[in-house]
Amino acid sequence: MINLLWALVAVAGVPLVLGGYIFAVEAAMKRSGSRARGGLRPWLWLAPAFVLLAVFLIYPTVSTAALSFLNANSAKPVSFANYTYIFTDSNMLIVLRNNLVWLVLFTFVTVILGLLIAVLTDRVRYERAVKALIFLPMAISFVAAGVIWKFMYQYQPAGAAQVGTVNAIFSSIFPRFTPQAWLFNKSQNNGALIIVGIWMWVGFAMVILSAGLKGISTSLIEAARIDGAREGRIFFSIILPLMRSTIIVVATTLIITVLKIFDVVYVMTNGNLDTDVIANRMYKEMFNYQNFGRASAFAVILLLAIIPVMVLNIRRFGRGGS
Amino acid sequence: MRRLVLILFVLLSTGALLFATGSGESTQAGGKVGGSVSVLGVWGGQELDIFNSMVAPFQDRTGVKVEFEGTRDLDAVLTTRVAAGNPPDLAALPGPGKMAEFARQGKMVDLSGVLDMAAMKKAYAQGWLDLGSVDGKLVGIFTKASLKGLIWYNPKNLKAAGVQIPTTWDQLMSTSQAIAAKGTTPWAVGVESGAASGWTGTDWLENIFLRMYGPAKYKDWYDGKLAWTSPEVKTVWQTWGKIVADPKMVYGGSQYELSTNFGTAFTPVFQTPPAAYFHFQATFIQSFIQKQYPDLKPVDDFNFFGFPAINQQYAKAVEIAGDLFGMFKKTPQSTAFITYVTTAEAQDFWVKPANGISPNRAVPLSDYPDPLSKNAAQILTSADIAVFDASDMMPSKMNAAFWSAIMSYLANPDQLDSILSDLDKVRADAYSGS
Amino acid sequence: MNRLAALSRRLAGRGLLHLVLIVISLLWLMPTVGLFVSSLRPASLISSSGWWKAFTTPFRFTLENYGHVIGQANMGRSFANSLLIAIPATVMPILIAAFGAYAFAWMRFRGRNALFLIVVGLLVVPLQVTLIPVLRLFNVLGLTGSFPAIWIAHTAYGLPFAIYLLRNFIGELPGEMMESAGLDGATHAQVFFRLVIPTSVPALASLAIFQFMWVWNDLLVALIYLGGTPRVAPMTVTISNMVNSYGGGWEFLTAAAFLSMLLPLIVFFALQQYFVKGILAGSVKG
Repeated sequence: MINLLWALVAVAGVPLVLGGYIFAVEAAMKRSGSRARGGLRPWLWLAPAFVLLAVFLIYPTVSTAALSFLNANSAKPVSFANYTYIFTDSNMLIVLRNNLVWLVLFTFVTVILGLLIAVLTDRVRYERAVKALIFLPMAISFVAAGVIWKFMYQYQPAGAAQVGTVNAIFSSIFPRFTPQAWLFNKSQNNGALIIVGIWMWVGFAMVILSAGLKGISTSLIEAARIDGAREGRIFFSIILPLMRSTIIVVATTLIITVLKIFDVVYVMTNGNLDTDVIANRMYKEMFNYQNFGRASAFAVILLLAIIPVMVLNIRRFGRGGS
Repeated sequence: MRRLVLILFVLLSTGALLFATGSGESTQAGGKVGGSVSVLGVWGGQELDIFNSMVAPFQDRTGVKVEFEGTRDLDAVLTTRVAAGNPPDLAALPGPGKMAEFARQGKMVDLSGVLDMAAMKKAYAQGWLDLGSVDGKLVGIFTKASLKGLIWYNPKNLKAAGVQIPTTWDQLMSTSQAIAAKGTTPWAVGVESGAASGWTGTDWLENIFLRMYGPAKYKDWYDGKLAWTSPEVKTVWQTWGKIVADPKMVYGGSQYELSTNFGTAFTPVFQTPPAAYFHFQATFIQSFIQKQYPDLKPVDDFNFFGFPAINQQYAKAVEIAGDLFGMFKKTPQSTAFITYVTTAEAQDFWVKPANGISPNRAVPLSDYPDPLSKNAAQILTSADIAVFDASDMMPSKMNAAFWSAIMSYLANPDQLDSILSDLDKVRADAYSGS
Repeated sequence: MNRLAALSRRLAGRGLLHLVLIVISLLWLMPTVGLFVSSLRPASLISSSGWWKAFTTPFRFTLENYGHVIGQANMGRSFANSLLIAIPATVMPILIAAFGAYAFAWMRFRGRNALFLIVVGLLVVPLQVTLIPVLRLFNVLGLTGSFPAIWIAHTAYGLPFAIYLLRNFIGELPGEMMESAGLDGATHAQVFFRLVIPTSVPALASLAIFQFMWVWNDLLVALIYLGGTPRVAPMTVTISNMVNSYGGGWEFLTAAAFLSMLLPLIVFFALQQYFVKGILAGSVKG
């Protein structure tokens, strides 16, 4: 009961408090000189966010970077030993390869499908229904999604009744098809996992791209149509350029998501049979083997891997805005 | 208006700061201890129900509230809480290996100062107390056990096929080959198990190793003193490979073995006509079989025989596994509870629904609900050589590599040598205790 | 003739459009349908026959999986707990991020780009590396096991994405609109509340959908900061407790998944009305 009270306080109070904070800031700005105003104001608007980010994300990150130079129980420094271990591990090449394959396949397909669906559903009356169906996989908790897909990919020997949906479909379409153990064949398992990831995240891309699409002024498109432009032209010359920044936001988020992809791999194969990824190795080092030094080194590698992504965003956001 | 908002701001922030949680460490009147104890474990579903019923009499008697948190992410939660300084009072761990890791970090309480050791020595065979000790200190006490290395079969099908129960490995192999010659795969094997896939295979290898080389070498093996590339270990894998790497011997070949969850892998044994005859698994598979086939009766429709002997010297050896409790914080409440879980009364709660074998000598055989579990309990308590599940005794990293190696071997049995040398690389790293 | 050709081209285009959408919808739906049908079958059948077999004789459907989930001790309280966790943890980050995003988008200050890049960079920080330091902090402050702790934690974890997303949308607002407001003498606060928020509604709605859903489906953060005891456990914890340590009881997960998914779907539908075209129409002069 008392928790409910506190929740009500939070839901009503926090907006009030934050709003009050902003009004207080602005009131203070009015009283002070204009020079102080311009310089101080942004920092005050950003303060609540930055306090939280500093405590919950920045401080642990710095601490992690420091831990990566210490040993397993963080008792003595080992300089670069953890990094050396990671990069000389024979399995590491496979792990890095997997992350790369995920990066390319997952990001491309998810963004393109998300864009396609956002644009197509915009034109039909049953838009909400389709969007709900595509969004559904995101709403399912990952544990349940793991259960579904394990059944989808299940294997029964040829000749036995197929329980797995994928094998069953292929067996009925192609009579000479031999059922495959999709998750356990080295040539297929990464692809099988990536498909699960795509299935889940297209909804995400679609929702955001759809929000971006709705923001495009209809008068622009109508004018183009009246002028006789074909749909394809309109899409590539008007819609796409106007959605560029939204697409970059979606792509960036997906790239970062895929760099730290963990749940799909952990639940379905735990990285066995050449499906391992960086985040899974980090989890194992940290929680299963209790080696905080190496786990931290893996985390730092992830952090370094997004530098190219950040560069891309410098170019984009460095220009835009007021 | 603005001023009102500002006042609200101040009031609410003050209120929020005053919000704090306490943990009720009150003591009650009437001679009861009162208060609460926090326990962290992996149990869920039916196990959680059993645990709750086990806890009920204790709560009534002592007034201590048992706050149990169950999670399959035990490693993540326990590691985090121990490192951050708020460990649970007690933890129910699935094996001594994990316990040893925390003990070596100095986080566990020495139970000899908590439990009545005289009573413990009476209730438990020394072997159980040794298994729960790290560097001479008792840190874990077992509450339930299971027997591994049993071979399950359908008696009616076996009889119809004219097959005798083998007692030696050679007999097992020739029986299997005879069945295979008639066109049916004799074995049903499945090693998938989510994040722990491969552990079924490790049980196989442990049983073969134990019966080939005996308990002393077995201990060397899990202590990391015996190389994976040694001829002994290699022979064990190759012996196992004669069954699991031969598509005529296992239902569905390697694809089925790799992709089938251990909890459903036995189904070919109970099909009509049977698609397999033998299934290797521990005692707990009984509840899975009964759930899948509620009409089947123990002993008549499904039964087990012990793992056949390889070296006659070690014929009576058994491999066991078990759950144990460890203590992170000594309080009157946690002391009372851990004492309770060592008693026959508490362990009976696991025994009666056939969810485990009790390591406490005071639990009579008659408490076991059916002939199968009685048989298993008898084998366990009368075995003269009893060893613990080796992979549970290895450091986590070695254990995980062992599981993965099983998967790799089943996928590519011809790569055994490189698999073994990779395991040795992990061994060099995992036992170094850096 | 030209008009007929154009018309038939348009009809064929429409036909293709519908076909593509329907095929994609079916593909996406299939695994979920499989799960749903499985949730209505007894466990022994789920693992021995494909879910499509449920539509052939013998028709064995059962509600026992759902009955078990709903009848599970503590399911009602954990549903309430989940709401208690998710709603504040959705409202808070959206607001805090909106203020920050506005500052990034429309205020010039030194270090703006560098600071924003740090925010983007924080997107990659794996959750697991923050668990121990933050839990230590909560322990020191005595917040462990309390709801405010988990609200603050989820807020902080959701901020990088929220700021990133909102900054994009708020920055895309027409410059003329912002300038004309400034010329009219509006303060930043007024511009923010009266102009920016109403026109950013699709972005805010998207954010609300995702944040709510991620918090609703979270398991590990709740376990560690809040605890898994029945008093405070959210639905994800209670559901995971239906499965024993060997994985037995997974059939209940099928039913639980559907029950648990209902609320995020409701939130999704409820917020769809904010995905309205042309919110900016009429707000720009000329």
